[in-house]
Amino acid sequence: MPDTNRAVQRTASVEARVDAIQAALDERGLKASEAVEELGHLAQEKWIPENGARVVARAWVDPEFRKRLLANGRAAVADLGLAMPKHHRHLVVLENTPKVQNVICCTLCSCTAFTIIGLPPDWYKDLEYRSRVVRESRTVLREMGLDLPADVEIRVWDTTADTRYMVLPERPAGTEGWSQERLASIVTRDSLIGVARLEAR
Amino acid sequence: MDGIHDMGGRQGFGRVRFTQGATAFHAPWEVRANALYAHAVRIGLFNMDEYRHAIERMDPRHYLTASYYERSLTSLLTLCVEKGVVPREELERRAGGSVPLASASAPGRGNASSRERFKPGDSVRVKLDSVPGHIRMPGYIRGKTGVVVSESPAYPFPDAHAHGVASEDEPTYDVRFRSEELWPGSSEPALVHVGVFQSYLERA
Repeated sequence: MPDTNRAVQRTASVEARVDAIQAALDERGLKASEAVEELGHLAQEKWIPENGARVVARAWVDPEFRKRLLANGRAAVADLGLAMPKHHRHLVVLENTPKVQNVICCTLCSCTAFTIIGLPPDWYKDLEYRSRVVRESRTVLREMGLDLPADVEIRVWDTTADTRYMVLPERPAGTEGWSQERLASIVTRDSLIGVARLEAR
Repeated sequence: MDGIHDMGGRQGFGRVRFTQGATAFHAPWEVRANALYAHAVRIGLFNMDEYRHAIERMDPRHYLTASYYERSLTSLLTLCVEKGVVPREELERRAGGSVPLASASAPGRGNASSRERFKPGDSVRVKLDSVPGHIRMPGYIRGKTGVVVSESPAYPFPDAHAHGVASEDEPTYDVRFRSEELWPGSSEPALVHVGVFQSYLERA
């Protein structure tokens, strides 16, 4: 046997570890490679912030939809053809106002309503955001480019259960008469997380 | 468990490494790791609470230095080995090197023996529970008092669900805390909302 001890002492690269489990599951008939194709596609092409942007634009122009969205987010987004995983049993939509800024996080891991607002960006999953945003939210937001006036109340939502959150940003001035498509085009993922406010552009 | 994963309120971390339009994935293997763990959940190899708990059980040094998707991958590998889906030796042979796994799990627990139903406006206190297994109560709310804002649908009870312990589903309460009460004298004013399982709460 050639030198197996030494081989086992070196930690395998992450790519090699992914290759290993994928091949091992495939060999057991568990269709891992098919899943990588399918779920990889969904994660990159379907679970994107444009979904949440569409929800926001509709809520801006349709007061009845807005009411339904705030009352039962999961049912309201389903009306727009947007699905959530089975274990996400509840979607709470958080309405920003001139005096309230909502911001979401997950201090214990990195949970999000990923089918609606997209998979979380790298910084959302980093130790810095998770540790600091609950304790020094105003400073963290300022460092991220959102310098809120002192009279704006900050509400931080820590995703500790399977309830999922989405921020409903304020509709910016100067967007009167815009189509839903054009409105959706200015809604960013960061505004759905609550670390940015929107402007007409 | 009071693990390294419980990051909320820990001090000493620097600026958020924020860029506008930051991406979720940075390498093809990350897309694959994410898809593989989601697939494993979908086909019932393990549930989301087991998945989260296996991340929490990682050696703290490994946890802190691993990227998000390496943590996902480590959980997937750990649970596949623990559940007898793939032996560790096979993974190491295929990977051509050692495969770090999380530490063994401690026992879980069932729902609290008495659980109270709360309504919006009720004042509640988070119990002083310390458990060796999985729990979805961030340490920063332990023993703290807040106000109930709403009730969620019932979810599997994580402390049991991560350990194969039988339990009833129970609701979480959206509880509003004041940051100044969570960290007196060393926080910035804000309202902090946490989804708290019914078993973790008592009337204040």
